Amino acid sequence: MNFKKSFRNTFLVILLSLIVSACATKKTTTTVEGQMQGDVYTGTDTVKYLADGVPDRVFFATNESILTTKSRDTLRKQANWLRENSSINVVVEGHADERGTREYNLALGERRANAAKDYLITYGISADRISVISYGKERPVDSGSNPLSWSKNRRSVTVKAN
Amino acid sequence: MIRIFNLTFFIILLLITKANSLIEIDITRGNLDPLPIAVSPLFQDDNSKKNSKNELKIENVGSEISSVVENNLKTSGLFNPLNKEAFLQKPDIAHLKPRFEDWALIKAQALITGKVTIENKKLKVEFRLWDILAGREMMALAFTTVPSNWRRVGHIISDKVYERLTGEKGYFDTRIIYVSEEGAKTARVKKLAIMDQDGFNTKYLTLGNELVLTPRFNPTSQMVTYLSYFKNLPRVYLLDIETGTQEVVGDFPGMTFAPRFSPDGKKIIMSFAKDGNSDIYTMDLENRIVERITNHPSIDTSPSYSPDSKFITFNSDRSGFQQIYVMKSDGSNVKRISFGKGLYGTPVWSPRGDLIAFTKLHKGKFYIGVMRTDGSGERLLTENYYQEAPSWSPNGRVLIFYRETKSNDKGEGFSAKLWSIDLTGYNERQVQTETDASDPSWSSLLSN
Repeated sequence: MNFKKSFRNTFLVILLSLIVSACATKKTTTTVEGQMQGDVYTGTDTVKYLADGVPDRVFFATNESILTTKSRDTLRKQANWLRENSSINVVVEGHADERGTREYNLALGERRANAAKDYLITYGISADRISVISYGKERPVDSGSNPLSWSKNRRSVTVKAN
Repeated sequence: MIRIFNLTFFIILLLITKANSLIEIDITRGNLDPLPIAVSPLFQDDNSKKNSKNELKIENVGSEISSVVENNLKTSGLFNPLNKEAFLQKPDIAHLKPRFEDWALIKAQALITGKVTIENKKLKVEFRLWDILAGREMMALAFTTVPSNWRRVGHIISDKVYERLTGEKGYFDTRIIYVSEEGAKTARVKKLAIMDQDGFNTKYLTLGNELVLTPRFNPTSQMVTYLSYFKNLPRVYLLDIETGTQEVVGDFPGMTFAPRFSPDGKKIIMSFAKDGNSDIYTMDLENRIVERITNHPSIDTSPSYSPDSKFITFNSDRSGFQQIYVMKSDGSNVKRISFGKGLYGTPVWSPRGDLIAFTKLHKGKFYIGVMRTDGSGERLLTENYYQEAPSWSPNGRVLIFYRETKSNDKGEGFSAKLWSIDLTGYNERQVQTETDASDPSWSSLLSN
């Protein structure tokens, strides 16, 4: 996997530098760079908002449940909002991309949802306000079969439960 | 809910000649030279044809049964059923005493003949298997059953012929339970479905109101265990497919998934996920006692028992990535067995005990393969864009799995289909299903 990743990145860099040197379309570079960092999705087109300025989801690297700096920032916003709206409970849904076996992905989705839940708890949200559910790879948000689509699907989403 | 297993069979053994047959098939090698076999249409007299039309809306059920047999034998990859147009002898005469020279002339090495009668709402079928080179009968059997069972008669004949010529039990009188899939990739509707091994007689067991995944047969009864998102709580369920009764398995405060039966059918082994950690548990279906088998902060899932119940193979990422492990059934002596390049998942122990089938992911390709139970002798049988979840035929010679196609950037072109491949890796075939399909599980032989 790591080999594949680094290979892909190298390939991408070569490809992009070719494009840049050929016709100097800098926009292409920024779009791709702007949507993924490593293989973690950084765009916003699938993100919904729990409230103004409070994004509902965070994204993960392949096979990972580690929260990125951006994810932690998002979750802190969710925690602040949950503190101000103490009557609201949430469900954190964990999801995986389609490039893994179904059963392992169910476990991975559960692990991702709990990573988000644990972070909310460390920011003062009571555990009994947060439930988790894993959908594994069963509910993709993007139906493409390419690295960008997969990165949008590797996510946890915080949804109002009431 | 749906009564499909209420069947009665009377099998009469007429004669089995074991001595000195000249033909036999070695099924352990890739069979590039399948045995030429002539399947003569089973003879049916006019009166019986009339009854057949009334009872079954099929005029010539004898020739339909022989088509079932022919298709099974062909699909196995071990037989080459010959074109019926070349047959010189009429079915009724051939059944009494074949003229062996005529059949040798069209290069048949074996011949199946038979006779069908339908009278008083009873279907009676007799068939004979002939060794053309030796010029003698190898086997003769007769069955009586209800007419609606005619396809099963074809499957039983196929099993008997397969067993007589290969020396191993067949796998044709079996069913596949699977997940039927419809709709867009982002909003897939999934239902439990069951069908005969050859794709006929499909029945839907759930309505599609909730997500269902990974059904697996009990090897000893008509029970199925599966994962359902009923009321948005992913839990392992038990379903009796004869009565339609279902119940949740155990009382776990979180997601249970990846269920499978023990070989004696008395326990369910599965994963239970809590606080971001999945471990393996069993529940005894008689006394409801739950036992924890693994206790490790990594993901432990996809457990499968060895046929003697002494060992369990499972999938864990305790090394950092998904790999296959084997342990004693009490959870002790955990050993990693997969050491090739890539990730390994979905280990399933062969009913013969000698091999573990698995899914492998390496450099963006998915493989179905087998290895010995100590991890040696890894053989990859098939490579594709996406495929996983092998399930063994009851004789341990064929694997069924599902395969997905790549979608384009608009999400078009996606499909999920069932495929089978035999252990030699030569005989790969799509298994027909009415809808898209995934997560197949092969039943035991329904009759023996």
